[in-house]
Amino acid sequence: MLSSALKIDDAIFQDDLANTLLIKQGQPTLDVWSLSRDEESLPDVRPAIVPLHLWRQHREQDGLAPWLASDTELSPDLVAELHDAPVIAIDFPAFTDGRGYTLARLLRERHGYEGEIRAIGDVLIDQLYYMSRCGFDALALRDDQPLEDALRWLKPFSVSYQTDVDVREALFERRLREAS
Amino acid sequence: MYRYDTYDQTLVDERVVQFRDQMERYLSGRLSETEFLPLRLQNGLYIQRHAPMLRIAIPYGMLSGKQLRVLADIARRYDRGYGHFTTRQNLQLNWPKLEDIPDILAELAQVQMHAIQTSGNCIRNTTTDQFAGIANDEVEDPRPWCELIRQWSTLHPEFAYLPRKFKIAVTGAEQDRAAIQSHDIGLRLWHDAEGELRIRVLAGGGMGRTPMLGDVVCEDLPWQHLLTYLEACVRVYNQFGRRDNKFKARIKILVKALGIEEYRRRVEEEWAHLKDGPQTLTQAAIDSAKAHFPEPERRDVSDAAIAAYEQLRQNDRAFARFVTNNVTDHIVPGYKAVTLSLKRREHAPGDVSADQMEAVADLADVFGFGELRVTHQQNLVFSDVPVDEIETLWHKLQDLGMANPTVGTLNDIICCPGGDYCGLANAVSIPIAQAIQERFDDLDYLYDLGPVDLNISGCMNACGHHHVGNIGILGVDKKGEEYYQISLGGNSYNDASLGKILGPSFFREDVPGVIDKVLNVYVQQRHEDERFLDTYRRIGIKPFKEQVYA
Repeated sequence: MLSSALKIDDAIFQDDLANTLLIKQGQPTLDVWSLSRDEESLPDVRPAIVPLHLWRQHREQDGLAPWLASDTELSPDLVAELHDAPVIAIDFPAFTDGRGYTLARLLRERHGYEGEIRAIGDVLIDQLYYMSRCGFDALALRDDQPLEDALRWLKPFSVSYQTDVDVREALFERRLREAS
Repeated sequence: MYRYDTYDQTLVDERVVQFRDQMERYLSGRLSETEFLPLRLQNGLYIQRHAPMLRIAIPYGMLSGKQLRVLADIARRYDRGYGHFTTRQNLQLNWPKLEDIPDILAELAQVQMHAIQTSGNCIRNTTTDQFAGIANDEVEDPRPWCELIRQWSTLHPEFAYLPRKFKIAVTGAEQDRAAIQSHDIGLRLWHDAEGELRIRVLAGGGMGRTPMLGDVVCEDLPWQHLLTYLEACVRVYNQFGRRDNKFKARIKILVKALGIEEYRRRVEEEWAHLKDGPQTLTQAAIDSAKAHFPEPERRDVSDAAIAAYEQLRQNDRAFARFVTNNVTDHIVPGYKAVTLSLKRREHAPGDVSADQMEAVADLADVFGFGELRVTHQQNLVFSDVPVDEIETLWHKLQDLGMANPTVGTLNDIICCPGGDYCGLANAVSIPIAQAIQERFDDLDYLYDLGPVDLNISGCMNACGHHHVGNIGILGVDKKGEEYYQISLGGNSYNDASLGKILGPSFFREDVPGVIDKVLNVYVQQRHEDERFLDTYRRIGIKPFKEQVYA
């Protein structure tokens, strides 16, 4: 699976490997979205992922999506607006900042957001598995992360104790079901 | 004790494979020092003062003889032939080689052990009462609940990067022997008037730089909701705990900043969405967890045997001392729990050699149904010994140097590894413990003093629990010099309290003398039957201050 995935996308990555490392639903993908961290004004390019407050001001425009800082509080008003977003990106200012995991779970599990949830910022290989379990289906790896390692370690575990966005049965329940 | 099924085994095996690769990427330079740091910590691996340190998980202190033999073997082949039992009921190896760690983890996995989440800013090893399941004052065996918490918290996808470390302790007895009030979350299992199991949930306790006792978040949580409620408690902390300053990042600071009412409101609001969700416990789930902790196949102990044991206690002073201090009453008549003391001044508190580990494993097979427990006071326990075998066991423990009849006395010191090993420490702690044990080695004096908890930490991180010692000693660093600050009045049991600092710190060599003066004040001022703590609480810190700084 690894080699075929790489083969398909080899061509894509030839040009600009640094900016296009996106793993979407487990596959390396060409990223069509640009990311803007400019807090003051919208970028010229489209489609673009922009700071949340800019997106809220301009969300009637096509080709814009918000990125959320890790300390974003999901108020009911904000959640209502986010349902229209084509993509929601969540920023990891540092890979040790774990708030993004909770944000993604809340968007998926609590608020039923079904669009793409993308991890941006300090996104490293050894965090991808937890990110996926929390509802991130697009992973914008930090530039220096080797793609091959990333794909190899997307799912280091074949079993988990807890429920997550995909597994809705805790292991203790599964054991009881299988024993009966 | 809990035995792995194929799911548990798969998980620890896959963890070994994952960590082996992480280590390989680190050693080959593909993974930076900074980025490897949290990964190795979540696998119990520190880079210490002299060498790496590996902290191996012993879930809620339960260990089999078979596992202890493997630990001995690992300590001998990969380390310098000894290990150190910690205040979180874990075992540390102080001298393994970095590149050997994946192999060590692979060997541990073969006996259902690992080092997952023994460090790092995640949910750590859950701890409990060392007399769980056999204590006279127990209302509910906490071990099945600890196991459910262990599973829920292991590789939890949302809580691997919390603001700071997170420790949970559980008690199911009238007397709290798990220090639940000084944990991030403390759980007390109790029965309501209808006999239904309820859980009191405390949050915001902790030691470290700013010691605090936990506040009640929920008095009477129905047991079905334990995991969803914990999830809500930790989620609120993950979202709102401070991340700008590591000294203010523990949940205690959040609870204090918000106030317990506001923290509770946020938890309840969060929990409203999780309640009755997929991690809600069922009777079948808890029954299945309980099935892992069956009553051992105890034999009948005759009244004559019990009488003979009592007779021996009357006649043999040394045996009586051992029984009074190291033997604990049991829920089953004719049985006792025996504490193996790891406190002797030739060794650091909690240290055990590989030879001793093997000998203890052999004894566990004969006297302990092949199991033993690690206490947070850094001793070991055989939980089910028939009274007519205690004398034989006592002699064997004497041969091993583990029969010191000083459990619960001033000599039973809790102590972190300190500056001799730990990279964080400001000052040494083991030599302080040894100097105190040397000075106060007269058993009659120790018994006359009665129960005194003396706890030593080599730095503010408080691994030696100095805040809740009746006498606490903290190593501090002032311009490169080691000093020791002494506090009085701490306590980790039901009526928990935090120690008060006596005054300016002392030179290392003066510490035993200061302790002597403190004890003299107690001896002079105590009323009949007053423990050190009682006298302190009655007369306050002033008389101690006057005596020590006179």
